[in-house]
Amino acid sequence: MHQYPLWKSMTVLAVVLVSIVLALPNVFGETAALQLSRKDRAAFAEASVQELEQLLERERIAYEDAYLDADGRLWIRFGDVERQIEARDLIAREYEGQFAIATTFAPRAPRWLTGLGLKPMSLGLDLRGGIYLVYEVDVEGAVAQLTQVLERDLRKVLRDARIPYDEVAAAGPAVRLIIKDPAQTSGAVDAVRKFDPQLAVRQGDLPGQVVVELTPDQIRQRQDFAIQQNITALNNRVNALGVAEPVIQRQGLNRIAVQLPGIQDAAEVVRVLGKVATLEFRLVDQANSPLEAKRTGRAPLGTRLYDDRQGNPVLLKREVIATGEQLIDATSTLSQGEPAVDVVLDGRGGEEMLRTTRENLGKPMAVVFIERERELVERDGRKVVIDRSSEEVISVATIRGIFSNRFQITGLTASEGQELARLLRAGALAAPLYIVEQRLIGPSLGRDNIERGFRALVIGMLITFVFMALYYRVFGLVADVILVTNVVLITALLSLFGAALTLPGIAGIVLTVGMAVDANILIYERIREEVRNGNSPWAAIHGGFEHALSAIIDANVTTLIAAVMLFAFGTGPIRGFAVVLFLGILTSLFTALMGSRALIQLVYGRRRRLERLAI
Amino acid sequence: MEIFRKTTRIRFMEQRRVWYAFSALIILGSIVLVAVRGLNFGIDFTGGIVIEAGYSRPADLEATRSALAAAGLGAAQVQRFGTANDVLVRLPPAEGRESLDLTNRATEAIRSVDPSVEIRRTEAIGPQVGRELAEKGATALLMTLLFIGLYVVMRFQWKFSVGATLAALHDPFVVVGFFSLTQMTFDLPVLSAILAVIGYSLNDTVVVFDRVRERLLSMRKATSIEVMNTAINETLSRTLMTSGTTSIVVVSLLVLGGEALTGFATALLVGIVVGTYSSIYVAGAAALDLGLSQRDLMPPEKKQEVDALP
Repeated sequence: MHQYPLWKSMTVLAVVLVSIVLALPNVFGETAALQLSRKDRAAFAEASVQELEQLLERERIAYEDAYLDADGRLWIRFGDVERQIEARDLIAREYEGQFAIATTFAPRAPRWLTGLGLKPMSLGLDLRGGIYLVYEVDVEGAVAQLTQVLERDLRKVLRDARIPYDEVAAAGPAVRLIIKDPAQTSGAVDAVRKFDPQLAVRQGDLPGQVVVELTPDQIRQRQDFAIQQNITALNNRVNALGVAEPVIQRQGLNRIAVQLPGIQDAAEVVRVLGKVATLEFRLVDQANSPLEAKRTGRAPLGTRLYDDRQGNPVLLKREVIATGEQLIDATSTLSQGEPAVDVVLDGRGGEEMLRTTRENLGKPMAVVFIERERELVERDGRKVVIDRSSEEVISVATIRGIFSNRFQITGLTASEGQELARLLRAGALAAPLYIVEQRLIGPSLGRDNIERGFRALVIGMLITFVFMALYYRVFGLVADVILVTNVVLITALLSLFGAALTLPGIAGIVLTVGMAVDANILIYERIREEVRNGNSPWAAIHGGFEHALSAIIDANVTTLIAAVMLFAFGTGPIRGFAVVLFLGILTSLFTALMGSRALIQLVYGRRRRLERLAI
Repeated sequence: MEIFRKTTRIRFMEQRRVWYAFSALIILGSIVLVAVRGLNFGIDFTGGIVIEAGYSRPADLEATRSALAAAGLGAAQVQRFGTANDVLVRLPPAEGRESLDLTNRATEAIRSVDPSVEIRRTEAIGPQVGRELAEKGATALLMTLLFIGLYVVMRFQWKFSVGATLAALHDPFVVVGFFSLTQMTFDLPVLSAILAVIGYSLNDTVVVFDRVRERLLSMRKATSIEVMNTAINETLSRTLMTSGTTSIVVVSLLVLGGEALTGFATALLVGIVVGTYSSIYVAGAAALDLGLSQRDLMPPEKKQEVDALP
């Protein structure tokens, strides 16, 4: 008679068990670790793991284990920070410049747990310390750059069509032309349309005036390109900083947020991220030996010596065919089933490319990726700006045909193609970038925040436990079990989704504990009422759960709405609060309505006759 | 243990005019306070630079101030933060690289007072970002009220939802007024606490209304005032219990959570107290004065009041 359906109890049990396993990695905490990634972003081979293990063993540096993660990065876990630092210096020495090495923390959980893909909650910047930057991309500047390119191209179009002009000037998202002889206006319109059919071309109000406008699609494309390009470039440079788990994401229309956990030197970060990248297309010099040039350290006349990404020397001719400023777009595609990179240059770059390819069919051409940084240094007591640059060859390909501003680079693997397209885009004319927000959280503050947050959570929970047990006796103890389960469920969900725990997030858990009690209180108060009204214990239990239901649902939906709004409009740590609040409401609904009922069944279900409820 | 051995019979609704006057006074006071004293907005909303530094011994505010002034940062506000060793330095906003330079200069000046100082946190927020966050926050506030109002309209009769929305508006006013009065920093966490308070306050109101709905149907002969009083009395111990447990954890946050959560926890605490009051006096009373009666409940809302006897 007083049965609670077995399947419901089993569901509760299953959910709780799964959650315990999901939450388990959090119990083990974190340990010092190194994260190695290859400079060319390729995955490590299993053999590298053994190679590094042998190196560490030879140098007698104690480590816990070494393994590859799903992204092909190599992790080495250490028992303490001293070993971690020793190993970092050793690896940096032995494999100079080959890897990006990040000192970080890895879950201490045993491998069988992490092997199941289970991870502890990641900690937000406010809990582990680090730097948070928000860049704003000057999208209007990016569009202006495009119209300036267009202005140059249109001058050439008119020259080629032998139409004399008085003026070709970029103005906002448009270029205005004044043709010398108004009779030639329609000829000019045709020439422009032929040059790029996508452009919106119309005759202006003045005689001889032609207005060439970028279409809204072109403007949007350019803006998206500008942001994507900057994200790519930032990704590149963050790698060089040696940060584990950096987060770089687009924020809103024209912002990019960068999270760098565990880093403290803001000036260094801003300097490295503020680099300017460009490209140069050059012919490969085949007359001389690059190895010889590297050995003597002297490049033959008319050439320059470069390294490719594997560190092999390459000799290139001095003349530059085209630069990154002339690169409009680069995308990785498939050409006849083979991976390829589509490259689009502007008119000027195309012209030069046409001349070069015509004369050099069958010869190799290279692309050089250049990054410059401006640095303010003190020299003889005065501050001077110096430019430093790093240059490397990212592609060498044979010229297989005569082409101008649109061509393809083939003969790559799929991942090489994506990487090349990424680098090419990063080297294209960059839209200006400004820092609009910068936060730095010191490591000790992060530690304090965690400690204080958890102390508040534990003490708050303990007092609530005692209070509930005193007030509702057996039912209070049931509520206490439910509360703990609730915290386990939230932890499990946060770990499962990989959501970052922030200080407001911890506050959210604390608040959830307070509010999760509410559903139980609603039910118990109702049960007490039913008992007062003279109902039998079981009738009171049934009635209590049944009548409290609508109030519980309604009451929780309102808080759910607030949580959703917080998530939609909040940023950073506040989102952490919103996520916890949202998950907390769901778990507390589940635990109060199903868990609590199942537990009461467990406590009272076997008794033949139930005279009184301890409530 | 029980707060009330039997269901109380407090006649809440009879004194509602007094409480109307009280609420009106508080809200008016909050508006005047905000208009006159304003809010001490954090840099989340105004943009600007904040540096938190921990000295190894009690901080010398005067020395820090003069070091900053010597670095050309006379506009800096220096105050204690949390313990006697910690200081908080605030600077007005600047754009782009400039804000980075300002942050660096200020950090150097703070270090010059005592090289062993620990820079615990720096934040530099451009004025544009601040303005946008303020706009977003205001939008979030309005949208929350709107959607919760819509939900209450869907689930309850309109007189209820006017009452609930009034109560939900009432509470943020009081919290904001409190922050104006105390001039505590009003920042993003405080705003999110206010949103949580709106949700919490409605939670309380909805529980009372749920009971009113039930009693309107079961107490067919009673007047609306009696029904309202009964519903509030019947849910009173739950209301106090929930406020109690939530307050316990929030006080624990306030006392133990550290400086970073002070504003957040304070806003929650004030909100919980006011929210409890408003769900009794503002929401219920308003619904009553809008002429709530048995007739307002549509047949689909009708529920059988027979206990499912075993």
